[in-house]
Amino acid sequence: MLTFVVRRVALMIPTLVMISIVTFVIIQLPPGDFLTTYVTNLSAQGEQVDPAEVAALRARYGLDEPLPTQYLTWIWGIISDGDFGRSFEWNRPVSGMIADRLPLTIVFMAATVVFTWIIAFPIGLYSAIRQYSITDYVATTIGFLGLAIPNFLLALALMWVGLNVFGQSSVGGLFSPEYQDAAWNLGKVLDLMGHLWVPMVVLGTAGTAGLIRILRANLLDELRKPYVVAARARGMPEPRLLLRYPMRVALNPFVSTIGWVLPVLIGGEVIVSSVLSLETTGPLLLSSLRSQDMYLAGSIILLVSVMTVVGTLISDLLLAWLDPRIRHRLA
Amino acid sequence: MSRSDVLLDVQGLKTHFTTDDGVVRAVDGMDLSISRGRTTCLVGESGCGKSITARSILQLIDPPGRIAAGRIWWHGGEETAEPTDLAALDPRGARMRAMRGADISMIFQEPMAAFSPMYTVGDHLVEAIQLHLPLSRKDATEKAVHLLGRVGIPRPDQRMHAYPFQLSGGMCQRVMIAMALACEPSLLIADEPTTALDVTTQARILDLLTELQDDTGMAMLFITHDLGVVAEIADDVSVMYLGTVVEEGSVTDVFDSPRHPYTQALIASVPRMGSRGDRARRLAAIEGIVPHPLQRPAGCPFHTRCHALIGDVCHERLPDLHSVDGGQLARCHLYDESVVDPGAGRAQLPLLPAAPVVTGDRPQPAPEDDRAPVLEVRDLTMHYPVKRGLLNRTVGHVRAVDGVSLAIQPGETLGLVGESGCGKTTLGRAIVRAIAPTSGQITYRGDNGAVDLAGLPDSELRGYRGQIRMIFQDPFSSLNPRMTLLQLLAEPFRNPALRRDRIDSEMEQRVADMLARVGLRPEYMRRYPHAFSGGQRQRVNIARALITTPRLVVADEAVSALDVSVRAQILNLLADLRDEYHLTYLFISHDLSVVEHLCDRVAVMYLGKIVETTTTAQLFDTPRHPYTEALLSAVPVADPHRRANRRGTRLSDDLPDPSAAPPGCSFHTRCPYVRADRCGTEVPLLRGVGTDHAVACHHAEALTLRGTTSTISTPN
Repeated sequence: MLTFVVRRVALMIPTLVMISIVTFVIIQLPPGDFLTTYVTNLSAQGEQVDPAEVAALRARYGLDEPLPTQYLTWIWGIISDGDFGRSFEWNRPVSGMIADRLPLTIVFMAATVVFTWIIAFPIGLYSAIRQYSITDYVATTIGFLGLAIPNFLLALALMWVGLNVFGQSSVGGLFSPEYQDAAWNLGKVLDLMGHLWVPMVVLGTAGTAGLIRILRANLLDELRKPYVVAARARGMPEPRLLLRYPMRVALNPFVSTIGWVLPVLIGGEVIVSSVLSLETTGPLLLSSLRSQDMYLAGSIILLVSVMTVVGTLISDLLLAWLDPRIRHRLA
Repeated sequence: MSRSDVLLDVQGLKTHFTTDDGVVRAVDGMDLSISRGRTTCLVGESGCGKSITARSILQLIDPPGRIAAGRIWWHGGEETAEPTDLAALDPRGARMRAMRGADISMIFQEPMAAFSPMYTVGDHLVEAIQLHLPLSRKDATEKAVHLLGRVGIPRPDQRMHAYPFQLSGGMCQRVMIAMALACEPSLLIADEPTTALDVTTQARILDLLTELQDDTGMAMLFITHDLGVVAEIADDVSVMYLGTVVEEGSVTDVFDSPRHPYTQALIASVPRMGSRGDRARRLAAIEGIVPHPLQRPAGCPFHTRCHALIGDVCHERLPDLHSVDGGQLARCHLYDESVVDPGAGRAQLPLLPAAPVVTGDRPQPAPEDDRAPVLEVRDLTMHYPVKRGLLNRTVGHVRAVDGVSLAIQPGETLGLVGESGCGKTTLGRAIVRAIAPTSGQITYRGDNGAVDLAGLPDSELRGYRGQIRMIFQDPFSSLNPRMTLLQLLAEPFRNPALRRDRIDSEMEQRVADMLARVGLRPEYMRRYPHAFSGGQRQRVNIARALITTPRLVVADEAVSALDVSVRAQILNLLADLRDEYHLTYLFISHDLSVVEHLCDRVAVMYLGKIVETTTTAQLFDTPRHPYTEALLSAVPVADPHRRANRRGTRLSDDLPDPSAAPPGCSFHTRCPYVRADRCGTEVPLLRGVGTDHAVACHHAEALTLRGTTSTISTPN
């Protein structure tokens, strides 16, 4: 098992290097570099730019060096002291901006994944053991509706529900105005929960629907396996049999969701967060892409990719831990 | 039989499945009684309802199936207690659950699949024990280790931590038996427990079951389609056909004088040791296949395949079970005095029509020095690296094939025999060049002279793909379910380079001819494989192999997955086609009884090496290698009278790890004749011992080994 973990982590390194190179290329794609943009911005505001200062900056950021050197400077800045470069649009270091928003994004993602599991697990289980019952059809229909309805539409609908049914004063954003700049306390956490459910449900529905289908199909396969009959023939009570035997095998897709659901969530999150004006990385990515704020955009892409790779790693390790077949094949 | 002797009494059981096509009456009026401490065999072909009967006893029928009628009286409770009707219990109720595993246990056909891959065998065992016995986890673990030792598993305390997929099929079946015996049941239901296993493993499992039964005094309901196994293990026999019992009686009565035509035909279809050398003889096979229960024939369900029809009554009325001469019961109008005039003398079952003898000039294999062999394999090796550790370094090799040399003459059939895992299949695949061998030569003599296939690149091999063909073991997974028979058979002729590569009418004609030749109707060519039974699919497999008119056919366990009756049909077909197309076969099997009928010569393989090779007759009469003797003695003989004298050589354990083969003679760890000198140190070479007989054993001359001559059964 240790060998497997070490090998799996070691294999991650080339992937991460590839990702950082692609990201760097994206940053470099627009014509000119960030200094020319900077100078243009300043000139547009009518300020005088001292050519000597530009030259000094140019030298400091190594913009006259060949591209590979620039890449190494950039990546070394990130690794050594978390320097992701500067955002032109906001004129702030990228690292600070991301640090503001990333924790909430991660909380949001984790909450969504957990929400997906909590909903999908019992429904999938039920619709498998009561295949072709009314409840199965209802769950299936709801699942397909969840898959088919576009996220933003659901977000708008839920915002309306929140406003008119629950009488929430503000449904957009993650905090009510009074907590916006407050320090963290219990009230702020509860307020966050009150706001988080809408995007969570919106983003969760699509994933839930997919998971219900996968779990149902997997379980239906497992329920017909000889070992289920064998366990029943040993006199095992039915609920225990279900949970201990077929369920255990059907759990695998749940664990792999960590890997594949992240990119899906990130894509969906951009739209949903924009509609709901959440202060996560999604809207930031959107606006930075629109304004060619390349260091900001590149950094977000880099971080999101790294998170996906790490998520896949975690789900792979969990799978190996849960499933002896995988563990022994890889040992 | 007094009332108290009966443990389980099934009366008029009907288990029906409601489907879209109608009600499938899988079990339809089944009567069966099992006596305490005795073994009752339920025998019949696939699709007769044997398993459904067994599962009905434990109420394990999945929807849409249900027990529609009948009673299952259980007399296994307290001595004074009233019998319980199991059919009336709630399938999900506590009483039924308490009986399962405690009073009645069950073991299954696929031992590996009957375990969840997520838990160790120890987990399974401890759980099964704790379900019914009030033991702590520690005590249950102790009992589990004890049980594993009792079913003959070496180092049981270590094996507790093994996952099922780390054990061989035979080992898994032993664990399954240990689990079934945990609560000392009164009845063990064994549903084809040895069908998926090698013959040698089967013999050991049967021995184990007999021994455990002697120890515990439990009764056993043993389900099988193989009458050889029945003769080995049964006290009483019930023959089942299409949901009802057609004959029942003691094992000796049933085998000595079968009363129902179906029983008679089943017994005849078992390959008998002693039919060798007579290539012209065919195996007796029952015509046709078991019809689907939805198409149950009116009247006697067997009349469509019966060789002893009496008249219209067979088509019109379902016969009752009639007692014959005070012996067994048979469901046949032949014994009904209102149908057959009792004055005309005792009812006699006509003899089974003798299997037709193939006459005509079938080309005998040419003498060895006369013609060059079609195929000559020299020093062939196939090694697979074993990789371990952080850097995936090669730490050893599995020597799947380790220096094999053999030759096949034109028109000859060479049998390749050995247990699972000894490298037979790898050798076969290397010969058809599905895999590239590590070293050695495979010289094939085709029409354009000899060529070494071992070194040819794929592009040049293409010309030989049509000349050397393969028939696969599993008729279900070897046919692409998305292709019709026409597409499957025409595939070798299609040219992927052409964009629009249509099957023309000439090709269709050719496929139709081939289908007809293997006994399938040409109209079937537009159907998909799922529409066919196992035996029919194997015919498709054969047709696919032969449609390119090959010279050499490698048949890899081509009949192992089939019922005994269907096996006989396919073996006959293979023999006929060999004569018709002048084929040369390499016939791979783990079962010597199958090889005997078809093959001219046999090569016995053990751990990647050939240990004995000679003519079929010599191998069966005077085997010279202890391994051959063990293989021979493992074949069940369809004669209950010879049970006592054939507990001969049994191989001790499963195959050693092929990546770490024992030093010296690789068989010495399991050899009953092992000697201190040479066996453990010196590798024996294949050497000649007498005419046309080579063996790799240091002490071949000094051993007197038992062949089959002393034990040829006389067909009644």
